[in-house]
Parts: sequence; structure tokens; C-alpha cells
Amino acid sequence: MFRNQYDTDVTTWSPAGRLFQVEYAMEAVKQGSAAIGLRSKTHVVLACVNKANSELSSHQKKIFKVDDHIGVAIAGLTADGRVLSRYMRSECINYSFTYESPLPVGRLVVQLADKAQVCTQRSWKRPFGVGLLVGGLDESGAHLYYNCPSGNYFEYQAFAIGSRSQAAKTYLERKFESFMGSSRDDLIKDALFAIKETLQGEKLKSSICTVAVLGVGEPFHILDQETVQQLINEHEIVEEEAPAEQEAAAAADQDAPPADEAPPADQGAAPMDI
Amino acid sequence: MTKQHANWSPYDNNGGTCVAIAGADYCVIAADTRMSTGYNILTRDYSKICKLADKSLMASSGFQADVRALQKQLSARHLIYQHQHNKQMSCPAMAQLLSNTLYYKRFFPYYAFNVLGGLDTEGKGCVYTYDAVGSYERVGYSAQGSGATLITPFLDNQLKSPSPLLLPAKDAVTPLTEEEAVDLVKVVFASATERDIYTGDKLEIVILNANGIQCELMDLRKD
Repeated sequence: MFRNQYDTDVTTWSPAGRLFQVEYAMEAVKQGSAAIGLRSKTHVVLACVNKANSELSSHQKKIFKVDDHIGVAIAGLTADGRVLSRYMRSECINYSFTYESPLPVGRLVVQLADKAQVCTQRSWKRPFGVGLLVGGLDESGAHLYYNCPSGNYFEYQAFAIGSRSQAAKTYLERKFESFMGSSRDDLIKDALFAIKETLQGEKLKSSICTVAVLGVGEPFHILDQETVQQLINEHEIVEEEAPAEQEAAAAADQDAPPADEAPPADQGAAPMDI
Repeated sequence: MTKQHANWSPYDNNGGTCVAIAGADYCVIAADTRMSTGYNILTRDYSKICKLADKSLMASSGFQADVRALQKQLSARHLIYQHQHNKQMSCPAMAQLLSNTLYYKRFFPYYAFNVLGGLDTEGKGCVYTYDAVGSYERVGYSAQGSGATLITPFLDNQLKSPSPLLLPAKDAVTPLTEEEAVDLVKVVFASATERDIYTGDKLEIVILNANGIQCELMDLRKD
């Protein structure tokens, strides 16, 4: 994106009717490491890639529990994401205190979107530099929303944000029609495959990704590293050894990518960075 | 010119009694289930015990509307704590929070007489007893509510564990086993029910130990 003379203030329109500061904020989301979300009728799975700055440091937390029935994955300025998660948690607590029932996720995303919009219309503020994938459960089932810095929000069957998310989106576009009826485990498997797409050849290990699940009868929780590593092993090794044993659908899609990965020697759960 | 007095009170007393006893590795919290107003019974089936955290339970007698509001406040604060610290509140931490929450309304108090029971950070039983504005103390056992005056002297006699009455101060847990403590609670409530009109109907006993939480319900006299 090239510089323009209308991009200094968020309160300045360009002659083409664009707010460049808002668009630059959305650019910040694209620079963050990938986060994906998918949903079925009864479950939502959020997953993200954890990129640490160096081998010495720990990675940033990108998935937050907002309430038992709502979770969020972020991409972009994680500090902004933390602040918004705190706001969401506070809203959920206040709502359940007053109404003794869980805050419907559809209401929460509207409140979040309105909060983001305010920052696009004040000269002394800047837009939030974070995109949020909000997964939640309400009376009508599981939902996945994407909230962007512009103040817009959309509901999705599956979505990916952050760097190299296009690869994940391509994978999801191929498979999304089956998601509504997917089982919980299939949904997690698809999430892991989508994450793998964003890694572009890098080996998928539990130490570089985080997976969280929420669904009917299952409060939001982040899967621990061992479980994730087991699932990775289950679905990847089977792919390489005997594609015939695996369901035809999954095998047909994934025959090409595993080829460049040699059967790994260490299958134990990679330790979390300190 | 005599002072004008209010012709309406924001408070009511719904009666009832609560007891808690701390053991070496368990805690017993008990309360009757009768809710009354004046000489009438509102319901025979109301729980005065609330689980605030994995290792903290609170039993409160007094004005149940205030008790409910207090329980909701503490539960919400506990949720915030869990989000920030990624763990459950310990019983001593909850005890301090309860005290602060009560004192916050020093000039329009929660009409709630509380007894907090649970396991401390070492896994030992602990009981904290409160007044309406948050003054609290860790003790080996405590009773609050309409039957407290009938029960406390008996607990003082039976529990070889020290009460604040004894010096030098000793470790505040009773040497009784869990079964003995539960039995003592049942006996104590049966006696209080005989003489206190606001105590009766059913007794709810909750036992907290390393295995988790168990509940027991015992019938009491309904008159």
C-alpha cells in the first residue's frame, strides 16, 4: 500500500470515500500470525499458530476464554486483543449477574463492533489493530463471527485471518459444506489441517499451535499440548502409512501436502516454550 | 421534639441456623432449610449454602435477599479472579474478599450472618466466621443464626479443639474424624430444632475434602 495524503487522521475521508487509517488497521490484522475458526451445528473450534519472537521467548496468548459458552481467537496487535477480551469477559459477567443467563453471542459481537466503530470516528483515537474470531453457543446452536477493526462483523461457517490465511481459507472453502454436520472430532481434525496449510511446509507440532473447543455440553476450553500432539499424530501418520485405511474424502485432499514431510522421529508432545 | 422513626424497614429476618466445623483434612458446613418471616414459614426447602469456589463454601443466615445478592457478588468476583489468575481462589483469599465486600456496605449493611468453610492452601480444613459488616476470624468451628446461641456452647464443650476462649492459642482444627463431625452436626441441629422455632424442616450438610464435595440431607422436626 502506498502512502496517501488522506491517511494521517482516521477522521479524514479520501476523495474515493475511504478511511485509510481503518484500512491500515486491517492490514495489521493480516500481519499477525494465523488464527482460524470453524463451526458445526453443535461445536465451534478455534485454532491459532503461535509464533514466538525468538527461541528464547514464549509465544503470545491468542485464544481467550470469555465465558463458558464463548471463546475468542485474535490476530494482529495482541495487546489490543487482550483489552477487548477483558471487555468481553466483563460484559458476560455483568449480563449473567443481571439476567442469570448467559449473554447471547450475537449480542456480544454487536457490542464489540460498536466499540470498534467508535474508534473510527474520533480524532483522538485510533482503530483497534486486531481481528477477532468469536466462537459461541446460544439457543439456536453454535456460531462463529469475525469482528474487524472497521467495526464490521460477519457470521461465518469457517474463516481464517492473519498471515498466510489464504491457504487455510482455500482448504476451508473446499470442505466447508460438510462442516454443519461434522462431528466434534472431525471439526478439530479439519482445524488442524487448516493450520497446517498456513505453515507452508513447516512441520505441524503441538508446540506451535493452540486449539480450543466449545460445544453443546462442553464448556469452552483450550486443549492441552499432549492431546493436540496425539491428534496431530493420529491424522498425519495414518495419512502417510496407509491412505486406503483413511476415509476417502480426507485422504484424497491431503495426499499432496504430507509428501514433503519425512516420518518424524520424535512423536512425543513438544514441550511448551517457557 | 422526638426523633422521627422510619415506618418501613428495608430488612427482614428469614431465620435459620448455619454451622461449620473444620477438621484436619475436611470441612463440614451445615444449615437448615427453613425460610421464615415473622411467625410464618415461607418455604421448608431453601438452601442457605453456596459454593463460591472449588474449596470454599459459604453458609449464611439472616435476610436471604441480601444473602443472595452477596452470593452473586462473590461469584462474579471469583470469575474475574479466575480470568486474571488462571486458577481458583483459595479459601483464605475468599475469606478476605468476603470481609472486604461486607465492609464496603458498612453504612447500609448486608443483613447476612456468614460462616465460610473450606480447605486452606495446605489442604487443612478452615472455618471463618463473620459479623454483618465484615469483622472475621479463622476458627475451628462456628455457628451463626437464630439457633447459634443454643449450639455454640455445646460445640465449645464437645470439640476438644481450641476455641478463641482458650489460651495459649492452638491450631484451630478439631481432632474429630469426618464421620464424628457429621454426627455431631446432626445431633446439634436436632437439639436446636427442639427449642428454636426458626430452625427445622431439613438439614443440609456439605462435606468438603480431598475427594471433592458431598451433600447430605437429613429430616428435622417440621413444627
